[in-house]
Amino acid sequence: MPEPFRVILFIIFVLTFAGLNAAYLVWCERKGAGHIQRRIGPKEVGPFGLLQPLADGAKLMTKQLFLPKGVDPVLFMVAPLMVMVPAIMSFMVIPFSETFVAREVNIGLLMVFAFASINVLGLLLGGWGSANKYSVIAAARCVSQNVAYEIPMLITTITIVMVTNTMNLNEIVRSQAGWFFHWHIFRLDMSLLMPVSFLIFFVCSLAETNRAPFDMAEAESELIAGAYTEYPGMGFGVFFMGEYANIVIGCALAAILFLGGWQSPIPFNPAGFLGVIWGLFWFLLKLYGLIFTVIWIRWTYPRTQFYELLNLSWKILIPISLFNLILTALQIKIFPWL
Amino acid sequence: MNGTLQQDLNQETFVLNLGPQHPATHGVLRVKLVMDGEYIVEAEPVLGYIHRMHEKMGENRTWAQFLPNCGRMDYLSALSYNHGYVAAVERAAGIEVPERAEYLRVITVELNRISSHLLWFGAFVLDLGGFTPLLYAFDDREMILDLLESVTGSRLTYCYFRFGGVYNDIDDAFIAGTREFIKRQRKRMPMYDALVTKNIILIKRLKDIGPISKDMARRYGATGPVARGSGINFDVRKHEPYSVYSEFDFDVPVYEEGDSMARYMVRMDEIEQSMRIIEQALDKLPEGEIQPKKAVKLVKPEKGDYYHAVEAARGSFGVRLVSDGTNSAYRLKLRSPTYSNLSLFGEAARGMLLPDALALMGSLDLVIPEIDR
Repeated sequence: MPEPFRVILFIIFVLTFAGLNAAYLVWCERKGAGHIQRRIGPKEVGPFGLLQPLADGAKLMTKQLFLPKGVDPVLFMVAPLMVMVPAIMSFMVIPFSETFVAREVNIGLLMVFAFASINVLGLLLGGWGSANKYSVIAAARCVSQNVAYEIPMLITTITIVMVTNTMNLNEIVRSQAGWFFHWHIFRLDMSLLMPVSFLIFFVCSLAETNRAPFDMAEAESELIAGAYTEYPGMGFGVFFMGEYANIVIGCALAAILFLGGWQSPIPFNPAGFLGVIWGLFWFLLKLYGLIFTVIWIRWTYPRTQFYELLNLSWKILIPISLFNLILTALQIKIFPWL
Repeated sequence: MNGTLQQDLNQETFVLNLGPQHPATHGVLRVKLVMDGEYIVEAEPVLGYIHRMHEKMGENRTWAQFLPNCGRMDYLSALSYNHGYVAAVERAAGIEVPERAEYLRVITVELNRISSHLLWFGAFVLDLGGFTPLLYAFDDREMILDLLESVTGSRLTYCYFRFGGVYNDIDDAFIAGTREFIKRQRKRMPMYDALVTKNIILIKRLKDIGPISKDMARRYGATGPVARGSGINFDVRKHEPYSVYSEFDFDVPVYEEGDSMARYMVRMDEIEQSMRIIEQALDKLPEGEIQPKKAVKLVKPEKGDYYHAVEAARGSFGVRLVSDGTNSAYRLKLRSPTYSNLSLFGEAARGMLLPDALALMGSLDLVIPEIDR
């Protein structure tokens, strides 16, 4: 298949995946929340409420796109896209399976982080452009939170880059081939603090995507709906699709960097088309396992306090991840044969 | 950019209207906040959005006609308000209440207190961003509402008490159901303790947050769990016993810290104490009438000035009646506990961060229709 054609096909796949994923993650979230809270969750629209996301989407789309008085129209309209589009762009380098990836970019990891950082700008502009005091407070919180959590996240990622010697996401996955104990999270011989690295990465991706217990930008009971307060109809919907797409990106990265990506836990890899499906199966299993954990955490814990959140990052996560970086560097230097 | 916002941005501080429609105020309370960033410089509660003139209605209606109004002030522990009014009128008119009726009053009021505290528990954790405990608390509360519905006929705005007694006797199903509920709730409380109270995030958000000193609580006339969380050992049931409360053995939980955690712990402990009272009342429940032999038909208290206070779920609820000897009150003054408890918010919230102030507000357990009456 010619390369441009393949990429276009993949873009269509990614757009569908991101859209459907957002819609059905909302369903999963509501259903999961329902069962955690001893109720049923959506059940009226379609079997098991499966058509509920479509009904929600139709409702959001038919709503009037209303510009509240005093908003900055350009920022207000652009902000949701600034959250959604970069998240979809990041999908371009995510290896769903060994050959099921749009572009194997050598700096794939860097690209994902570059795009993931635009997300916060979208929330900032949305909050600022809304001309609502609650939204402005949320936007300010959001920026300091994202700056604080990007640092430990990147430092942790550098340790992975150091042990794998590549920023190509597919290469990182390939280096974890074999049994499940070859996954980075279990490779204590590479870095003694590998499980801790995974934990730091996961916590940071929770904070980066503004999920509970770090949902400062939304903070329902404090800031009404934070940066989203003034958004009507699909503007709000796009924000949420972007948020869910970001959760998927965060969990996908965690799965790729630490849990072996599309590698199966046993050294068995069928060839050809079956191999693609086999890899896809394991990748999606790990991905949705992590996403379920994210949902589970949200419905279990109360929201942290804002200064506690910053304390956690600056006083605990950053020192640990720096220590981890140095430890890993020493380990590579002293035991180069490992 | 909005004109007023632009103006605000040029100043050091800005005004933030918290409410009248805000998820954290649980009703139509408006708090005018002067903010410096996320710090509160000044907080001023603005009341009156749901004022219904209950006190004036008391002057225009006959004594008995005012009864249903009592259930509509604090809709979460309506029976205590019934009790306060009924007891005040009984004191004024000198009506004797049969012992069984007093026991029924105590049982239902304490059940209502538990349901109120449970709902507060859920809503408070909701304020802190934890959604799930609310649904668990509703699950427990549902049992109480079913029990109370079977005896009072309504689920929220009760009007169960009559001058001289109560209007419906309880049956064996109610007694069995109540015992069943207590047995179940005793198992649920350790679960809440493990899942919510001992949660590190919750502790960090409540410990040392929103301190109310003993002195401040006294100055503003705070009562109930707010005062007891500040180390003031005062409970109307214990210190000015009314009805048959003096016959029961129960403790008044008092915490010295004065922070939001102390108020939280007081309420959680009170659930257990209320269950103890109910158990003893069920054991001792005397046989007999639930209304006086000679039915109270027309109430006309002697000329005079009367006061009666009861311990409602949120503090001391007092009714002051001025009677001129006719069939309606000359003046009816209702002293609602949340009104006093809220009035200290302005001073206590000064210098706090917005989310901390909301934790403080949640820990005061506000019911807005009861503040505005």
